[in-house]
Amino acid sequence: MLIRKPPEFRASEITSETNYLNRRRFMRDGAVAAGALLAGSAYGAILPANPQANLADISGSEYSTSEEPNSFEDISTYNNYYEFGTGKADPSRNAQEFETRPWTIEVSGHAELTGTFDLDDVAKPHRLEERIYRMRCVEAWSMVIPWVGIPLADVIRRFRPTSNAKYVAFETLYDPQRMPGQRSRVLDWPYREGLTIAEATHPLTILAVGLYGKVLPSANGAPIRLVVPWKYGFKGIKGIVGMRFIETQPATSWQMAAPHEYGFYANVNPNVDHPRWSQARERRIGAGLFAAKQPTLMFNGYGEQIAHLYEDLDLRRNF
Amino acid sequence: MNTLTQIRFVWKPLVFALCLSPAILVVTDAFEVTGDLGANPVEAIQDRFGIWGLRFIMITLLVTPLRQITGRSWLARFRRMLGLFAFFYALMHFLTWLLLDQGLLMSAIAEDITTRPFITLGFAAFLVLIAMAGTSTNGIRRRMGRHWQQLHYGIYLVGILGVWHFWWQVKLDTSEPALYAAILAALLGYRLFRSMENRGRRAGVRAPSRRAPRRGRQPDVTAPAPEYD
Repeated sequence: MLIRKPPEFRASEITSETNYLNRRRFMRDGAVAAGALLAGSAYGAILPANPQANLADISGSEYSTSEEPNSFEDISTYNNYYEFGTGKADPSRNAQEFETRPWTIEVSGHAELTGTFDLDDVAKPHRLEERIYRMRCVEAWSMVIPWVGIPLADVIRRFRPTSNAKYVAFETLYDPQRMPGQRSRVLDWPYREGLTIAEATHPLTILAVGLYGKVLPSANGAPIRLVVPWKYGFKGIKGIVGMRFIETQPATSWQMAAPHEYGFYANVNPNVDHPRWSQARERRIGAGLFAAKQPTLMFNGYGEQIAHLYEDLDLRRNF
Repeated sequence: MNTLTQIRFVWKPLVFALCLSPAILVVTDAFEVTGDLGANPVEAIQDRFGIWGLRFIMITLLVTPLRQITGRSWLARFRRMLGLFAFFYALMHFLTWLLLDQGLLMSAIAEDITTRPFITLGFAAFLVLIAMAGTSTNGIRRRMGRHWQQLHYGIYLVGILGVWHFWWQVKLDTSEPALYAAILAALLGYRLFRSMENRGRRAGVRAPSRRAPRRGRQPDVTAPAPEYD
């Protein structure tokens, strides 16, 4: 009997049985990955649901900056997370009761492994790392944030994207009951973001699940969010429930809202101004009332690691 | 105490203190006595002074319609003070930007004013406010004659530029600037409607049937009474 390789299918076509089988494979692969990563250690990333809980077994990273991190309070009360309101202090107030469990992530598109996976199964095989990164907002302010997360590349590898996977598109949860900001049409919900596969699998790119060694506060995108430190903050999509491997560049939320002001790449670039304000300098949050703005660095200071990704790209046109 | 004395020694100081309270709250919040300014105090200070500048422009523009509708002519006695508070908050907004935000870095300031449309608009509005505040004394007003009134019609321009400045400054959520635009439209629309009505009445012989004769507290439109707004 000839056994043919099953055709590729969309996430929507997946039956619960394949989903189940995929999940089994995913977890088995994860166990192998965890074994390799942790050299025999039985457990990987454990993600408690309680927002106050400490995360265990966090390793450091050579990618961390030695700059002084902002206070936990500044990082968790000054946020752009329109799902919980457009004011900077809105998310810390409106996301307090946000339930982050149960939480699943739907993986779809050009990958050998697709389906809906529980957050814990996604995170567990990986070792938690602290990554102290600069974060530069498109609004010309910046912070230094001690994230705890897992490299996105390691997660992506387990789904085995095919050669057609040129981009990864992400989606935030859409649930106006739980995310009051979504009741207003200020953005076209759900929030969407995307990266090229090279950007997504770059070792600097992480999925953050924690802050200051604790579970990520809801205002910062709990339970899981993207952090791409050389890009403007809005690329760091929060509350991720969808990940899709696709062949063409995905539409992203801010680009959809104002295409002349926000591009797909959104690399931090002091030489290309926002049409309405300068990007040459930035205000470092927490520096004090009388501190001068500081010069913004090309690629937010991560050029050494990532500039090669954009060698053939006109950064002025692809802002 | 007669009404004028009462206005001068009781109501004016009270209104003055009330108008100053948003600025005092900025200071007490900065020292965390009444609240705080959040993670980005420079932005918070700048935004609060800016929004109060815009609010005082609206409040000042409200005086004349309120006086004409209610017939309470003493309201006009508060107009200069309210207008000067609009200038005061705009000045504080400007100084916060100049000193705290830009740190007096002249190249960045010049670039912002010339190349960022929303800053150009705000700066233009501020220049008009300076001219109006600088000519607000009784003596100068007398000496300027009819030019004074022409200059002080600038408040309409300031309102439009101010709302526009606000609109272009916000990233995406224009609901708040839209609210101010609606208020300004009502305040200016009232004046437009009234001036059209007056013009129609002056040309009354041509269209007598369109307008029933008004009674009550309508001013005598045949005499060109000075309308300082």
